[in-house]
Amino acid sequence: MTLTSFAFLSQETDSLRIVEEIGTHAPRAEHGAGALFAELFEHVQDSHDMEIPLFGHVHLPQFPPIEIAGLSIDLSITKHVVFLWIAAVMLGAIAVAAARSNRKRSVPHGLGNLIEVIVVFVRDEVAIPNMGIGGIRYLPYLLTTFFFILIMNLLGLVPYGSSATGNVSVTGGLAAIAFVMIQVSAIRAQGLGHYLAHFTGGVPWWLTPIMVPIEILGLFTKPFALCIRLFANMTGGHLVLVSMIGLVFLFKSYAVGVVTVGFLVALNFLEILVAFIQAYIFTMLTAIFMGFGILAGSHETHGEQDH
Amino acid sequence: MESIGLGYLAAGFGAALTVIGAGFGIGKLAAAAMEASGRQPEVAGAVRTSMIISAALIEGATFFALVICILLALK
Repeated sequence: MTLTSFAFLSQETDSLRIVEEIGTHAPRAEHGAGALFAELFEHVQDSHDMEIPLFGHVHLPQFPPIEIAGLSIDLSITKHVVFLWIAAVMLGAIAVAAARSNRKRSVPHGLGNLIEVIVVFVRDEVAIPNMGIGGIRYLPYLLTTFFFILIMNLLGLVPYGSSATGNVSVTGGLAAIAFVMIQVSAIRAQGLGHYLAHFTGGVPWWLTPIMVPIEILGLFTKPFALCIRLFANMTGGHLVLVSMIGLVFLFKSYAVGVVTVGFLVALNFLEILVAFIQAYIFTMLTAIFMGFGILAGSHETHGEQDH
Repeated sequence: MESIGLGYLAAGFGAALTVIGAGFGIGKLAAAAMEASGRQPEVAGAVRTSMIISAALIEGATFFALVICILLALK
């Protein structure tokens, strides 16, 4: 069993350091099992190497880090970056194809019908109940987020694939966009003065030195939770799959293999479910957080929507 | 040596306690949601939606704790 071929090539992989650390710690613990898990963990983490069917291993281009204000930023193209681009291209292609097929005929059919079902679901179940009828203005953002995360999640389940959402930098970027959208929608609905007045939380004036920092912290915890939730769910699911596969090689027995493959099939179906649920949760929570700001702005007019 | 060992112990215990808490919380939540949609099947959709949201929020708090455990195990 010579599965010990791949050491960790990338010293400077900045993202997903947690998993990399687990992988590099493992060989020290026990020789055979540790090296095996290190090899398997390589498929979960980000790397400068990509495995492509029929081509074998491809080393992706690596650029020297750029120094900006004392920070060294590594902009080299890694596996997750490639899958991010694949997801973006697929999203564009699918959306354009669906829109074109729906424009041609009055009754939706095929791909256009499939996409329309999800679009209508996001509009009627996510956007309008949480943000009111004015929330339709932000529907394009919600739909883009939903489909982008969904495609990235599902790409991780394809053989040779890797899900870019299993990278804390990617989810951090998505959460940063969500943060901007939450604040912009709140300011737009309430006006800047009302938005700033909200930081005091309506407490007596002498409590404002305590209240304002708490409210500002509260602004940042929501996107941070979004970021960590998506990252942990995707990475956690992949680690479970990797560990199950690792059991086969660890025990080297047919009985364990049969049982494990059965479990793996079930877990893969669970992962498909998780891919959809996490895309839904991210979109839903973004809509709810945006809805807090939007509905606070129209509190006087639609009082019954607030509860 | 002892301090590193205790760190690993704390990380393991922390993860275990976190998962117990999260499992208990989500279990109670699911039980209440099932009961509610059993009593009033016509609002089952709304109950399911708010159940998923609450489960996600509980899960978020759990992940914060688990990240702390991972940091303990790595430092």
